[in-house]
Amino acid sequence: MIRAWVMQHGLMFFLTLKRLISTPVASLLSVIVMGIALSLPAGIYVFMKNLQSISGQAVSSPQMSLFLKLDAVKEDIERIRQYLEENAQIVSFEFVSKDVALHQLQQHSGLTDVTASLAHNPLPDAFIVHTLASDTETLEQLRMTMQKWPEIEHVQFDSAWVERLNALLKLGHYVILMLTTLLSVAIIAIMFNTIRLQILTKRDEIELSRLIGATNGFIRRPFLYFGAVQGLASGITAWSIIAFAIETVNEELVTLTRLYDLELHLQHLSSENSISLLIFSSWLGWLGARLSVASHLWQIEPR
Amino acid sequence: MITFKNVSKRYPDGYVALNNIHLTVNSGEMIFLTGHSGAGKSTLLKLIAAIERPTSGTIMINEQNIAQLKPGAIPYLRRRIGFIFQDHKLLFDRNVFDNVLLPLQISGFDNKTVASRVRAALDKVGLLKKEKAMPIALSGGEKQRLCIARAVVHRPNILIADEPTGNLDVEYARDIMAMFISFNQVGVTVLIATHDASLLEDTQHRILSLKQGKLTV
Repeated sequence: MIRAWVMQHGLMFFLTLKRLISTPVASLLSVIVMGIALSLPAGIYVFMKNLQSISGQAVSSPQMSLFLKLDAVKEDIERIRQYLEENAQIVSFEFVSKDVALHQLQQHSGLTDVTASLAHNPLPDAFIVHTLASDTETLEQLRMTMQKWPEIEHVQFDSAWVERLNALLKLGHYVILMLTTLLSVAIIAIMFNTIRLQILTKRDEIELSRLIGATNGFIRRPFLYFGAVQGLASGITAWSIIAFAIETVNEELVTLTRLYDLELHLQHLSSENSISLLIFSSWLGWLGARLSVASHLWQIEPR
Repeated sequence: MITFKNVSKRYPDGYVALNNIHLTVNSGEMIFLTGHSGAGKSTLLKLIAAIERPTSGTIMINEQNIAQLKPGAIPYLRRRIGFIFQDHKLLFDRNVFDNVLLPLQISGFDNKTVASRVRAALDKVGLLKKEKAMPIALSGGEKQRLCIARAVVHRPNILIADEPTGNLDVEYARDIMAMFISFNQVGVTVLIATHDASLLEDTQHRILSLKQGKLTV
């Protein structure tokens, strides 16, 4: 029983492929159109994922600078160290003494002459703190807590850019959602029309099949298969378009980033995302076919 | 086996095709249905296969009321019937073999046995050598025999033929009739609608005559 069912569906899959190949130009054109439509939202998604991962380090463990009061003494520093060790949200921290800070300033900023002329060291002692929290609200709270410690002069944390990036990514997600919705509708419409034409050309076969005892399921099946298989093919097309684009961009990117002494690579869709893309595209094709079948088959009532 | 009780069929435009029909067909019987075109022969045959539904009355086939059959059950009724359509309804996009194969695919027969079943049916109607031919290349008589092969390939216990000798030569017509008789001899219930009086001259089978939607035996 189950074997017969599997065999019937296997046969149907094979017949569907044969039917796709029997009209190569028409099939290819629809697959390309649907593939391009799918590649847009999926491509933007990939681009955003890359953006996120490139800036990800900064976002995933934000950094804060704790500047101590200028008159802070050794005991104050030790107390702060203890506070930081006790706080669960702090991953790691390092102490930068005022002498080290001045030394770094002299080395990196090219202000050797200016700093040398200073009568005393104007820099405070500082801690550089890495936290677990990534959302702006928690970070702000943490900042407030630390600000209240009496030894602290100022907590510096530039949350604005994290906020901006988050807002940008959020906007990007909306764009993807909108594009996906619109283009899914387009794909369903394309499939709907394709199946409508197929039903019209197979009118005689459908009518006869009904007359000699075919169930609706039997009549529907080849069209649904066709929708799903064509959807799958367009999913593969979209995947290939993105892969090609990433490959091309990566070559350029390597040349570009080498000039800046960086190592950047765009990543392709992860395997889970790729599978999701293929399942989603098959489902879209199936849905378009299903809707078309539902609205056209009943018109063919045998007489 | 097939019983009509008070069966009437009125089309939506008001035309009464069948008027209060009473009829019993026994299992294994062979029956001819005659009458002018428009007398209701086709309608009566279509009611049996639930292609048309009666306006009133009951139609029983093996204790099952066809008049009240649910849409989902109709395909399974039709699989027990072999129907030879007046307008053939052959599929011209596939060869003779595949035309006969269709009913078996619909009924979900096992792939291993279908080929031998199709060839057996084609052999019975003398088309075995033409299994690869396309229907368009067949003569009128051959097309008719192809229809018969398709109607019997799934071994139905009721065989219904609507004008099976429609525009065939007398000799071809006799061939076709001989086939129906041989099916009947192996136990198939056969109903044949025809206006061809020459077919009925020397038959011993029951003849029902329809006139303006009424049976006039």
